[in-house]
Amino acid sequence: MTTEALSPPRSAGQGLLARAFAGRSGPLAAVCLGLLVLWYLGAVWLNAPVLIDGYERRGEAWSLTRVAGDAMAMERPILPAPHQVVVELDRSILGYAVTSKRSLVYHAWVTLSSTLLGFVMGTVLGVLLAVGIVHVKTLDRSLLPWVIASQTIPILAIAPMVIVVLGNIGFTGLVPKALISMYLCFFPVAIGMVKGLRSPDLLQRDLLRTYSASTSQVFWKLRWPSSMPFLFASLKVAVAISLVGAIVGELPTGAQAGIGARLLVGSYYGQTVQIWAALFTAAAMAGLLVAAMGWLERMAARRMGAQP
Amino acid sequence: MTVEAVMQQERAVRVAEGQAAEPVIEVEDLSLTFETADGPVFALSEVNLTVRAGDFVSFIGPSGCGKTTLLRVIADLERQSTGRLSVNGVSPEAARLARAYGYVFQAPALYPWRTVDRNVMLPLEIMGLSVAERRERAARYLELVNLKGFEKKFPWQLSGGMQQRVSIARALCFEPDLLLMDEPFGALDEITRDHLNEQLLRLWERTGKTVVFVTHSIPEAVFLSSRIVVMSPRPGRIIDVIDCNLPRDRTLDIRESGDFAEIAHRVRAGLRAGHSYDD
Repeated sequence: MTTEALSPPRSAGQGLLARAFAGRSGPLAAVCLGLLVLWYLGAVWLNAPVLIDGYERRGEAWSLTRVAGDAMAMERPILPAPHQVVVELDRSILGYAVTSKRSLVYHAWVTLSSTLLGFVMGTVLGVLLAVGIVHVKTLDRSLLPWVIASQTIPILAIAPMVIVVLGNIGFTGLVPKALISMYLCFFPVAIGMVKGLRSPDLLQRDLLRTYSASTSQVFWKLRWPSSMPFLFASLKVAVAISLVGAIVGELPTGAQAGIGARLLVGSYYGQTVQIWAALFTAAAMAGLLVAAMGWLERMAARRMGAQP
Repeated sequence: MTVEAVMQQERAVRVAEGQAAEPVIEVEDLSLTFETADGPVFALSEVNLTVRAGDFVSFIGPSGCGKTTLLRVIADLERQSTGRLSVNGVSPEAARLARAYGYVFQAPALYPWRTVDRNVMLPLEIMGLSVAERRERAARYLELVNLKGFEKKFPWQLSGGMQQRVSIARALCFEPDLLLMDEPFGALDEITRDHLNEQLLRLWERTGKTVVFVTHSIPEAVFLSSRIVVMSPRPGRIIDVIDCNLPRDRTLDIRESGDFAEIAHRVRAGLRAGHSYDD
């Protein structure tokens, strides 16, 4: 303890590292670095058999360093190395005009638009269902079991059929994909909002009863504001699941456009680098969408005077 | 102010003429039984009581004696099993629909997403007053409970005593003639409680409202009330009604007087008689 007290003030570099690890960025960076190393090792390990096979067929001599070097530069690797994915992302995001069919930005936008349309429709449907369930006893008994049963249908598995059927009756493009998204994301919203709209306690309800408030006044002055934390928690789940729905909805559309189409085309032609680039774009989109919901939540909380 | 002055005058005239004010709450043979899984619980049994305009009536008794339940029945938050009850000459439900009373709960019950002034304006919004009127009343009643300057704070930024004062301002702001208060100061420290007791007494004296007040503090009941209703549990019933005619402009010092001690003694004796400590 005394030595610590006597030691000279720490240098700026040390302080920075200590500060980084005291917060969240240090540990996060360490985990990312670890994953990156694992990924490179995995790329070499998975791609090596194909390479070694080739060397032996051609009767070439090979060493471990050559295998490692070649494994990270293959055109159609089993698992591409991280920097290959980064190069592909750079090429397909910055390399083309955003309106080009080769641009990832174009495909991301196609997916995002049906994600958002489905998300909005699903949220509206979920909230309306919750309002009905909370206010009408018959709906509470009759509707809630159906809402839960709806999610036992493996919609992701039958999404292609849904798209094909909808296509046959004239729904193509954005709407069928958005319907898949809606089907997935109305559920967390409905369940969350039923709980949220029922969250006011007896005391808060008794207070409005002493003012003989109407049902709609109870809803707007008490139930709706009380349900906000539940709504935002549901929205975060819903927006992520809505993106999944949109991507799955794109798979059977003959690979026209969207992140799902990129995944499908990539797997048709063994373009694994392209698949991974599309996957990372999808992950980044999901992250941004959830972060946007978090931002909305914080804005709402601040307006509603939440304790910081 | 003029209305208050007139009311005060009327009351003075009535008192001078020795004629009783008209009854606000009339309770006749009222009983309330809760059916629970463990069998019936007799919350209230054959309660008879009349509260007249301008009275300050306290219900006092140990926990579980039904004093809060009786207040809730008056407020139409519970329904009696048998017996008759009228508020302002009509049924409690009709009185509630006519917004005849302001209710102060044990907890402040402020809505955490509303600022202090918007919490006070809540009943005014529901009753459809104009924005200007709402603002004016919120400012006036927050000043009355000494909370001027706290209008834009959120409830969590206030102490427990201040929160309860907001809830009192909220009950007063739509100007009901009848105030029902359920242990409003029960959760507060004694210093805050004394202060609020004095403020409440001044308010009652000034406005001539009828107040029904639930408490389990003997000094509080004696200090505030014009009549004290002593209740006992299992089943909840009234065992004594004590007149408490201390001067209306009393201050906290009166608690050291002989009259005060005498009334407090009667209340304590009543409570002891009604409550068996064996169980």
